[in-house]
Amino acid sequence: MLDNAWLIPLIPAVSFFVILFFGKRLPKKGAEVGIAALTASFVLSLLTAIEWTGEHVPRHAVHRHTTWFEIGGIDFGAGIHVDGLTVMMLVVVTFISLMVHVYSTGYMDGDRRYTYFFAALSLFTAAMLLLVVSDNTLQLMIGWELVGLCSFMLIGHWWEEGVNSGAAIKAFITTRTGDIGLMTGIILLFFAAGRTFDIEALNREALTGGIGHGTLLIGASLLFLGVMGKSAQFPLHVWLPDAMAGPTPVSALIHAATMVVAGVYLVARLYGVFFAGFSIEVGGTNLVAIIGAITVLIAALLAFVQDDVKKVLAYSTVSQLGYMIMALGVGAWTAAVFHLFTHAFFKALLFLGSGSLIHAVHSNNMSDMGGLRKFMPTTFWTFMVGSVALAGIFPLAGFWSKDEILLGAAEDGYPIMLVVGLIGAFMTAAYMTRACYLIFAGEYRGHGHPHESPPSMAWPLRILAVPAALAGLLNAPGILLFNGWVEFEVEGVEHFLEHHDFNPMLAAGSVGVALLGVAAAAAYYYRGALNGLADRVPPLRTAHRVIVNKYYLDHLFLGIIRAIQYPVARAAYWVNQHVLDGVVNGVGKAAQRTAQVAYDVIDQRVIDGAVNGAGLSAEEGGSILRHLQTGRVQQYAALLFGAVAVLAMGLVVLT
Amino acid sequence: MVAQNIVFGILAVVMVAAAFRLVTTQNVVRAALFLAVVLAGAAGLYILLAAEFVAWVQVLVYIGAVVVLLLFGVMLTRAPIGREGDLDNDQRLLGALVALFLLGALGAVLLDAFGDQKVGTINIRRTAEVSDSLFGTYVIPFEVVSILLLAALVGAVALARRD
Amino acid sequence: MYLNQFLLLAAILFCLGVYGVLARKNAVLVLMSIELMLNAVNINLIAFGAFRDNVIGQVFSLFVIAIAAAEVGVGLAIVLLIFRNRADIDLDELAQMKG
Repeated sequence: MLDNAWLIPLIPAVSFFVILFFGKRLPKKGAEVGIAALTASFVLSLLTAIEWTGEHVPRHAVHRHTTWFEIGGIDFGAGIHVDGLTVMMLVVVTFISLMVHVYSTGYMDGDRRYTYFFAALSLFTAAMLLLVVSDNTLQLMIGWELVGLCSFMLIGHWWEEGVNSGAAIKAFITTRTGDIGLMTGIILLFFAAGRTFDIEALNREALTGGIGHGTLLIGASLLFLGVMGKSAQFPLHVWLPDAMAGPTPVSALIHAATMVVAGVYLVARLYGVFFAGFSIEVGGTNLVAIIGAITVLIAALLAFVQDDVKKVLAYSTVSQLGYMIMALGVGAWTAAVFHLFTHAFFKALLFLGSGSLIHAVHSNNMSDMGGLRKFMPTTFWTFMVGSVALAGIFPLAGFWSKDEILLGAAEDGYPIMLVVGLIGAFMTAAYMTRACYLIFAGEYRGHGHPHESPPSMAWPLRILAVPAALAGLLNAPGILLFNGWVEFEVEGVEHFLEHHDFNPMLAAGSVGVALLGVAAAAAYYYRGALNGLADRVPPLRTAHRVIVNKYYLDHLFLGIIRAIQYPVARAAYWVNQHVLDGVVNGVGKAAQRTAQVAYDVIDQRVIDGAVNGAGLSAEEGGSILRHLQTGRVQQYAALLFGAVAVLAMGLVVLT
Repeated sequence: MVAQNIVFGILAVVMVAAAFRLVTTQNVVRAALFLAVVLAGAAGLYILLAAEFVAWVQVLVYIGAVVVLLLFGVMLTRAPIGREGDLDNDQRLLGALVALFLLGALGAVLLDAFGDQKVGTINIRRTAEVSDSLFGTYVIPFEVVSILLLAALVGAVALARRD
Repeated sequence: MYLNQFLLLAAILFCLGVYGVLARKNAVLVLMSIELMLNAVNINLIAFGAFRDNVIGQVFSLFVIAIAAAEVGVGLAIVLLIFRNRADIDLDELAQMKG
């Protein structure tokens, strides 16, 4: 199955066309085709994974490539590169997507574009799988852009409302801003590495010094721009929360398995380029780690002030993606990939859970929820599992992966990132406590009667809760399976990427911090101990306002032209009124006298004559040239051909 | 060689005469027929140059499709079928001057550049070679042309339909 | 055979086409003249292909034929549109752009 991994993206791609063309005539309106295709893909992915894990160590990546065409000796083709990272992504993407498909049959029931929705889901999955298996950057970019296109289609699924189509456009354009960097980076690396798109070759060239360090730094930075757009890293994270306008299953898919993790995947896949380009082994700081760290903190802060439950989760995703990018920045490759793996499960669970809540209360706002524990037991329990896993409490999935990131930061010489990681853990635990409190505790504040969701929605939640709780154990000390399965393969970095031993102190510290976060949030919300703090203390009030306004980043981006234009216009106006007018008036008075004299002598005779003469000659010239403008195309053509012939003759004579 | 030159001479005379009548005749339908003659002559030239495949494409596409399309155009625009003396505009002289001048320029350049160079022995190119090149090296231009044809199709329908 | 005999023939045909484009009033005849010019170009391509002993000339002449087909399709559509709007395809009458 390793050799035939290309089947895995192909099946959903075929399913896309089948649903598109025949979906409406099928009894279940195309949903069954999508589910069947994803089931097949998932089974194939599992087979691939079994085969991969069953191989003897050291495992060798399967690399197959066919040339589509050649131009000037450059090979344009398609291929697959299957190693541990690919296999893991295949399993995660197909599994989450399958769950989302099943869930959507309940959630989207009765939607007017039900069939279209499933077609887009299939294409979305196929694009992500294509990206994951590709062996060259060109194919990777095709998948990358297809993912972007599908996210546009799905975020704007209910495009009748202006907000939704606006959000879709925003997502598309923001990621596209980053894609300029990606495309330029790919082209740059293509030439730098001796005209190749092959990912393995790029990594090898980068690590063995085949590409100059300056070039590599520029190339890696450009690629990272694409990553920042796709994986919603500061400051291009603004699109992700708005993308919540799409249907909730889409949010789950975007946030857990496809789209946003594409950026993380790209860094992990081309790690040689980033590793050498940003000199990650030196320690201290580098662009990747810094951007990741900033994203962790600012997104976590934003999650505190959201009322929309999906936006809380969206900012949480941004923050967790920051963790992954930061982990890659500090050289903790396995930790980053492992966090991607565990995060996919619990974040999909949380999103589908929030969809279930929204389905029940017909509102996104947590102020319309409250006390839902009684009404929706399944959703409650699964949501709690997801929250605890996200908060990183022992022994659920999030704990193990987050712990590895912190360990990597500590051991590889990135003390700042360690501190950021701990603060992030604290905040994550706190905002999830807040969200859970607002949703499940207290009295129901909404309208109508909330009800548990249908089985098609409840079962994916139950199934997802299992890996959300247990996936972390794959890399627990003493087991350490994941570490052996998913490795970065190119020579030159192994000594740096070696797995660090479990550090009980650090683990205890991170759990302690997380529990502290839970306690703080509980104190705030249950006890009301700190109620009104933000209103009482002016600096906090200001900070609160800044966070509520998302650091004014949207204002910044949208108003950037206005912000430049307005002061400039004001200044220009002021200069005009005060300086120029004064000068003009002064000069005017002085000039008046002179002018009177000049008028009689110079103006009337010399100037007038000249002006009138110029006017007359222009008029004459115009009326002569006017005849050229006959409006007859053939006359123009005659002039054109004649002029060409004259020019050609001139060229012949001159040379 | 001599035979080829004779064939070329005949073709050239026929083509130039037909082309001349094409641009001077006062009957639209006849003009279309003269165009067919010129195109057939060109197909003959291609065979002379051992470009067999292109010659047949020329016959099929140009004479088979384009000329018929033009005749349809004549018919649909109700241009007079019989003789009519008013198909030229009043800048015949200008046109002739420009054309002659252009011919002079082209002729001078050609004689200067390729004065006495000969087309050596012509190797016959099999259709397979043309297709290898077309679908190998030039596959991207090929795809672009297919998109262009699609666009032209859609454009022609959009322009010409009544609504 | 000299290369120039083909090129000069093509040049003559091209210039006759130019004359047709410039001096004809009927839009369909102008289209025919354009075909004549394109054909002259094709003869050049084939002749150079034989001269250089490669197939590229043939390949490109195929492209030219395809594009000429597209051109005549769109061109006739435009002519039909003009005819429908003005009941006439006399290019002399199309002079609204007169200055």
